[in-house]
Amino acid sequence: MDLFSSFWPWYVAGPLIGLYVPVLYLLLNKHFGVSSTFRDICAAALRPAAPYFKYNWKANSWRLVFVGGVVLGGLLARGTLATPAIGQISDHTLAALSSLGVRDFSRLIPGDLFSFSSLLTLRGFLLIVGGGFLVGFGTRYADGCTSGHTIHGIATFQRASIVATLCFFAGGLLSSYVLLPLILSL
Amino acid sequence: MIHVVVLLLGVCFGIILTNAEVISWFRIQEMFRFDAFHMYGVIGSAIAVGALSMLLLRKLKARSLNGDPIVVERKQMGKGTVYGGLLFGIGWALTGACPGPLYALVGNGYGAFLVALLSAIGGAWVYGLVREKLPH
Repeated sequence: MDLFSSFWPWYVAGPLIGLYVPVLYLLLNKHFGVSSTFRDICAAALRPAAPYFKYNWKANSWRLVFVGGVVLGGLLARGTLATPAIGQISDHTLAALSSLGVRDFSRLIPGDLFSFSSLLTLRGFLLIVGGGFLVGFGTRYADGCTSGHTIHGIATFQRASIVATLCFFAGGLLSSYVLLPLILSL
Repeated sequence: MIHVVVLLLGVCFGIILTNAEVISWFRIQEMFRFDAFHMYGVIGSAIAVGALSMLLLRKLKARSLNGDPIVVERKQMGKGTVYGGLLFGIGWALTGACPGPLYALVGNGYGAFLVALLSAIGGAWVYGLVREKLPH
């Protein structure tokens, strides 16, 4: 079980992720993409009246099964990963985050920012609820996320996906260098 | 039957995202600060393998399991690609998670990310409500 309890380098994880593009086309003739499940969940559970949610989500029920599997995979990996610790993060990043006020460097997620109790603080609320909202709103507005656009879309040479990916990064840079320092100072 | 295979693919995806630390908030900060190659390696090699295998499928005129020719989903280019992309990027750096990792983090037991996931679903819901009023 050594394989499952160790850190997987990029050259193991990346190619495996890339294979999801052809495998899903071969199995289902469907494209690899995760953020569309946010829409499916709305359509299935909330049944909103807006036309955007009037479609046959059941025809894409495989996507909900897939993300159910992702949750389960996280659960299984949590049990086997020897070091759910922070891992080998660059010293430069750690120093920068430390100077911004991040205190918990013990796990993959800083517990001082992402916990139920931090939800009651302004900065925790903005990071968790605000950040989550933008992920859902933005990916639906852009019609895709890192999987649907960046990996599937660029791998199939689509101009919209290259533009979308450049915008993901532009937004991320703005967030990292301007918004995050601002929010962490609250 | 096909759903069992899809479920297993999802399970493997969750394990890959966790073991390669793609779900790590710190890895995403490191990426946006250009301090390490790891995330660029993950995304770049995923694109390369995806592109090469799709070219191969086209060359072989491969068909989907049900016998139909493979039809690649076309993404429409529009203002939403830019505005939506920027908004998602901002959220990605704040939560340190794109949609796949959001699900995997919930499985990993990071409770706050259940709230982030519900908020993302709420974001999709609000998008659906205001869609007609947005530039596309």
